[in-house]
Amino acid sequence: MFLKDYIKDVYGAVRSLLKGMRMTGYYFTHHKEIITEQYPDNRATLLLAERFRGEVILLHDEKNEHACTGCSACEIACPNGTIKIINKFDVSPEGKRKKALDTFVYHLELCTMCNLCIVACPTDAIKMAQTFEHSVFDRTKLTKKLNNEDSKLREGVE
Amino acid sequence: MVEEIGRTSEGDLIINVGPQHPATHGVLHLVLTLNGETIKKVEPHLGYIHRSIEKMCESLSYRQFIYVTSRMDYLSSHINNHGCALCVEKGLQVEVPQRAQYIRVIMDELTRIASHELWWGAMAMDLGAFTPFFHAFRERETITDIMEKTCGARLTMNYMVPGGVMAELHPDFQKDVKSFIQLYKSKFEEYNELVTGNIIFQNRMKSVGYISYDDAISYGCSGPVARASGVHCDIRKLYPYDIYSKVAFDEITETGGDSYARYLVRLKEMTQSIRIVEQLIDNIPEGDFQAKTKAVLKLPKGEFYQRVETARGELGVYIVSEGGTTPYRIKFRSPGFSNLSALEHMVKGLKIGDLVAAMGTLDLVIPDIDR
Amino acid sequence: MFSLEGITTVIHEWLNNHFSPTLALLTEFILVGLAAIALFALLGLGLVWMERKVAAVMQIRLGPNRVGPKGIFQTSADTLKLLLKEGLVPDGADKFLFNLAPLVVMIVAMLILAPIAFAKNLQIWDINIGVLYLSAISSLSVIGIFMAGWASNNKYSLLGAMRSGAQIVSYELSAGLSVLSIVVMTGSLSIRDIILSQQNGWWIFKAHIPALIAFVIFIIAVTAETNRAPFDMAEAESELTAGFHTEYSGMRFALFFLAEYINIFIVCAVGATLFFGGWMPLHIGHWQGFNQFMDYIPSSIWFLGKTLGLIFLIMWFRWTFPRLRIDQLLNLEWKYLLPISMFNLLLMTIIAIMGWHF
Repeated sequence: MFLKDYIKDVYGAVRSLLKGMRMTGYYFTHHKEIITEQYPDNRATLLLAERFRGEVILLHDEKNEHACTGCSACEIACPNGTIKIINKFDVSPEGKRKKALDTFVYHLELCTMCNLCIVACPTDAIKMAQTFEHSVFDRTKLTKKLNNEDSKLREGVE
Repeated sequence: MVEEIGRTSEGDLIINVGPQHPATHGVLHLVLTLNGETIKKVEPHLGYIHRSIEKMCESLSYRQFIYVTSRMDYLSSHINNHGCALCVEKGLQVEVPQRAQYIRVIMDELTRIASHELWWGAMAMDLGAFTPFFHAFRERETITDIMEKTCGARLTMNYMVPGGVMAELHPDFQKDVKSFIQLYKSKFEEYNELVTGNIIFQNRMKSVGYISYDDAISYGCSGPVARASGVHCDIRKLYPYDIYSKVAFDEITETGGDSYARYLVRLKEMTQSIRIVEQLIDNIPEGDFQAKTKAVLKLPKGEFYQRVETARGELGVYIVSEGGTTPYRIKFRSPGFSNLSALEHMVKGLKIGDLVAAMGTLDLVIPDIDR
Repeated sequence: MFSLEGITTVIHEWLNNHFSPTLALLTEFILVGLAAIALFALLGLGLVWMERKVAAVMQIRLGPNRVGPKGIFQTSADTLKLLLKEGLVPDGADKFLFNLAPLVVMIVAMLILAPIAFAKNLQIWDINIGVLYLSAISSLSVIGIFMAGWASNNKYSLLGAMRSGAQIVSYELSAGLSVLSIVVMTGSLSIRDIILSQQNGWWIFKAHIPALIAFVIFIIAVTAETNRAPFDMAEAESELTAGFHTEYSGMRFALFFLAEYINIFIVCAVGATLFFGGWMPLHIGHWQGFNQFMDYIPSSIWFLGKTLGLIFLIMWFRWTFPRLRIDQLLNLEWKYLLPISMFNLLLMTIIAIMGWHF
């Protein structure tokens, strides 16, 4: 009886080991299963999801105009103070003072890409870009000003 | 990594394990008291990744604090966010639309599968087999790709908001999830062939790290650790939230109580999660993905508690509100903390090699314990 | 066709014609020594590359593929890095033994090279007790391991060395018994005789069932002897100690690392010689035409092919199975492998006496 159990033990053990080896042997012989992406050689064809949260950018159209009214909703929504809106007061031709965006300061080093600012913006002025290579040698480069030079608010946006 | 830091009065050795591990558990510092090779005492020293999340949340509004809970147990980030959102909704008395509930549950179950996949790969790697890790990551990559298309992030997806989810599903979502289900079903047999049936794995895991039914309850274990000892503690069955009451799935329990039983419980849970996703993916109702809530949320004065079943066990979210826009105090009951307390009981009297096997099946994620 | 024995005869003739016999012999010694060192270097580079590529493809990824075409210069880059590292000698270490240990392991590996036949008539020393010599010298490597563990002045290195030592000494028994079963069939301990006796077919085919069992036991035993997974508890990364070579860095560590791969090559060469015929092509009985066709392939290619096949098998084991605990390891040897190999020896003897083999 002991002998029978012993032989059954050995047989079962060898069979389970061979099954495992068959699986890795299968992967060794089928090179099509390799799923490695050869980054950085494939930068040209790399496709990221359109909703990928890379960094926040301010959308500018061809006329270099953006839709940010300086309402600071994103600054209030941001949990850790990544965005700072600096406003200035434009004097319109009729003599009325209107609030407008001066600088949109964005601290990339603090951003957690939580998307709360995008959701809070009432005019859809900002969106998340699909970039992910943010490393720099100089930390001050990570404090960005998002509105371009000479860009101004598009007409009709409130 | 290992140095002798002293001897007790009986001549036992005191050694450090960690906090830097070659294995993937995180920064866990264990102080072992050894007699020769037998373990006599295990003392975990925690706090290496304490980021004062609970204190931080006291200065964040109810919409803002959810993102930071993704970073607690980062492998089940959706489930953490879900728990917080549910607790806030309990306070606000807000009704979540059906569509949002379906989406939330599907995301939860996908996260559970991804977490168990990583656990499986890391567990095999701890025991010395390096190949299953890569095979597990192939499935996990598919899931994170699905998440990336809809939520925009792969690990800390801040997708749940009080009232529903943050954005509409990507149009490819249904197709992608269905192809993932096909991939998973074809590869699941390989897991059993490569790891579960292997005689060496079975010998390393059977009778290692035994914890009985009563001890599991008294240490406060939850999740697969307790279910492997026979305790019925699946929050999705006992206190169902969202649409878990309408979905058909089994609660997996085993009676072995050792590492092999914990292993089998998690493996079978993955199959049950696939079953849940299969039932829901074709029937997502139309509607809003987010309930209409005020711009600034204020919870009424009182205390609110919500429990969810993460991949590790029961996560409890406890909010004390004084009526303002920020919580007065938030406390998270983390599953890993209680599971870790059972470690000493499990490995007393075993050898050092068994410590690794037992710790692997506890599935600890240290940021969850330290917050 | 092309064969390497031509080169050796040419060099031998040239040396004897131009110099006195003693000087010719000395020059031949030096040449053989240099050839052995060159072989080691090439083997080390090649085998490490092979291991990384095999591991990668089994894990559905690409291995090294940047340094050189298909990554063949990766190991040279790694060796260069190891050479430039600081070779630290710990404070309380026994300096003489600490430096001697890697050398002992390397010397043992070189000594085992002597009776192995790489091709027809390409054998350094055909001693008439070839197999016994191999068994005896391979036991000496345990000394190097103990030296390394003791001289490191580290309690855990010593523990790891003792575990390794126990493992190697136990598994030598099963390996020796399986080798012995082939010797029973051949009737001679000399390597040349063993290979020539496989003229009409390899032993694994001729002595069917016992030879198969002996081969399986041999492969398991030599995997354990060279401290490879799944028997590498003593030097595993995710266990508590890195074993006897914890305190070694730089060139000394490179020597240990190299010696491990050379050992694998050697035990696979021995396995190929005993069970698969060494440099003997695949012959089937007395089928003249088939045998002549097989003879066209040079014998060195046969030898290399068989050895590389067995090395691939050992690498396959490493990347499929997890580790055994140290007590399970010893359990496996004393309770399973040893009784089975003793029974197998008996079986083989019966078959040899009764003539129930091809």
